[in-house]
Amino acid sequence: MNEATRPQRPPLAQTAADFVQLVDVVKRYGEAVAVNRVSLSIRKNEMFALLGSSGCGKSTLLRLMAGLASPDAGRIFVDGEDVTALPPYRRPVSMMFQSYALFPHMSVENNVAYGLRRDSVAKNEMRQRVAAALDLVQMGKYAQRKPHQLSGGQQQRVALARSLVKRPKLLLLDEPMSALDKKIRQETQFELGNILYDVGVTCILVTHDQEEAMTMADRLALMDDGRILQVGTPGEVYESPSCRFAAEFIGSTNLFTGELEADSSRRFRCPHLEVPLEVPHAMNARRGHAAQISVRPERIAMGFRKPEQECNWTAGKIEQYAYMGSYTLYYVRLASGRLLAVDISRMGVHALERAPDYCDTVYLSWGAESLVVLEK
Amino acid sequence: MSKAALRMFSGRTFVIGVPYAFLLVFFMVPFLAVLAISFADPRMGVPPYTPIAQWQDGALHLSMSIQHFVAVITDPLYVGAYAYSVEIALATTLLCLLIGYPACYLIARSDPAWRNLLLMAVMLPFWTSYLIRVYAWIGLLKTQGLINGFLLWLHVIHEPFKLYHNNWGLMIGMVYNYLPYLMLPLYAHLVKMDMSLVEAASVLGAKPWQAFLTVTLPLSRRGIIASCLLVFIPAVGEYVIPELLGGSNSLMIGRVMWDGFFVNTDWPTAAAATAAMVVILLLPIAWFQRIQQREVALPHDFARLPGQEAAS
Repeated sequence: MNEATRPQRPPLAQTAADFVQLVDVVKRYGEAVAVNRVSLSIRKNEMFALLGSSGCGKSTLLRLMAGLASPDAGRIFVDGEDVTALPPYRRPVSMMFQSYALFPHMSVENNVAYGLRRDSVAKNEMRQRVAAALDLVQMGKYAQRKPHQLSGGQQQRVALARSLVKRPKLLLLDEPMSALDKKIRQETQFELGNILYDVGVTCILVTHDQEEAMTMADRLALMDDGRILQVGTPGEVYESPSCRFAAEFIGSTNLFTGELEADSSRRFRCPHLEVPLEVPHAMNARRGHAAQISVRPERIAMGFRKPEQECNWTAGKIEQYAYMGSYTLYYVRLASGRLLAVDISRMGVHALERAPDYCDTVYLSWGAESLVVLEK
Repeated sequence: MSKAALRMFSGRTFVIGVPYAFLLVFFMVPFLAVLAISFADPRMGVPPYTPIAQWQDGALHLSMSIQHFVAVITDPLYVGAYAYSVEIALATTLLCLLIGYPACYLIARSDPAWRNLLLMAVMLPFWTSYLIRVYAWIGLLKTQGLINGFLLWLHVIHEPFKLYHNNWGLMIGMVYNYLPYLMLPLYAHLVKMDMSLVEAASVLGAKPWQAFLTVTLPLSRRGIIASCLLVFIPAVGEYVIPELLGGSNSLMIGRVMWDGFFVNTDWPTAAAATAAMVVILLLPIAWFQRIQQREVALPHDFARLPGQEAAS
């Protein structure tokens, strides 16, 4: 297609950062908008995760990239090529299905060779590439088996070999771990990650499991209700969530509602706290501006003495606690009735003069840098 | 074994036992009776055949005649009728498959809201008596019938087609009648098929027709065989449709058996013809069973794996 005839805005400059590009992609199913003006840039060789709860549109987005559904608006580019109108069998894209979708009537070998056969690859080369792909996932000795003779983990590796053997520019993974037992899931996450890293393929992974996204992905996009709420590395999204949904979806957090104080651009007054919250950066907002302020449970320190600092502390009674191994989770009831979750590491508990117990009155404090202001 | 297991066991025996007992009494016993008659000789009287075994003067006389079987497999009338029946049944099965498979495929792939309606349309003929439907075809097909009348009125043809009392009428009637028997089991098979397999083929570079030939068709083989047998077996012995719509020269085995029993009153030969037909029909069933047995080790054929519910 000629650049000038493109109806939408022209594709951005082709750099490693824009290897896969989605521009204002929309997909509707009747009245429901499954994907709502999503734009994304994915770097070459990046492992990118689409994270969200069920029904958020992440799987639809994946199907749009594979060509299994076509968008109502927007463009999709892979390596500079506009693939929006291409059928799946013409796209340089491969996909590993949630069910793995191995052909039950074909041997492992024939499953892997399927894509190469469609391209009429020469017999010799085909045999070599199939063998190499099976070796990559350590399934060489199962080449003659039928899929139903394999365990879930083995089926997954065959599916991976099958999607990699054609050397796609983009590999889509739809909930790759959901059909596996919890036990082998974590192990598989690292294993799969290593294989994909070694192959050096650009991957987009769909998952509802934040741990999976954080383990496997270089960057992730958090989706809700057909929109992308935040894109960033797992660290960025965890440490500086952009909104309440992001803060609550990834990890757990304590949220305060506050209003900006009159004489300060950094201090918020919260109805549940006796002292103000002091945020790390000056707010460019008027007095009385309301915001949600998040503090992660592991960012809170606990002590038996009143902290020296003027802001960012409170006191309460320990109502519940749970020993979690590497840390202890305390629920502390404030005088205002508000319940706070506090994670104290093993080291943190040892540093106290005695282990906190039920009904102990404790002081909780945190640094300004631990606070994240969430608009809305 | 616990009491509950015991109760379940006996319940299971009962549920499975009832249809088997029914088949034993109303299929196996009559068939054995027919088989016995096929070894007797005809005579005038009631019943119109000689007993196979009789007690006379303190001796048991057993007389089993196999001449009727010899007659059945050598007489060109019977051989011809068998060949013709199998030919008509095969043609019916093939035509039903050619019409029914694409239809089932499309129904299975259509919107779930439409599916039941389309399926209902397939089953609709069953709401009217079989005989009435075949008679209705006479009204449609005869020389002054609706089809010829319509085509003449359109001036598409100038002379009426002969659609009735020949092979046209026979095949139209057969395909019409047997199509639902092919479509219902085939649909049930196709609708269970995991669509992600076809999508996977597509993502791996298969054009739609390639995906169909390499994935959909091989995976529907068992459904095709089962539903074809369901058409072929009763079609071989079909009596009413060739009688009402077929030509006088279309002598199918059902007619031959009828004539043997009720016109010639040669029960033993007719019984031998019947027994031989059961053998002819057993062959395709045995073949199907063998295929089933070989593939019985395919538990996941179309079964979806756990955790595959569409996530979003």
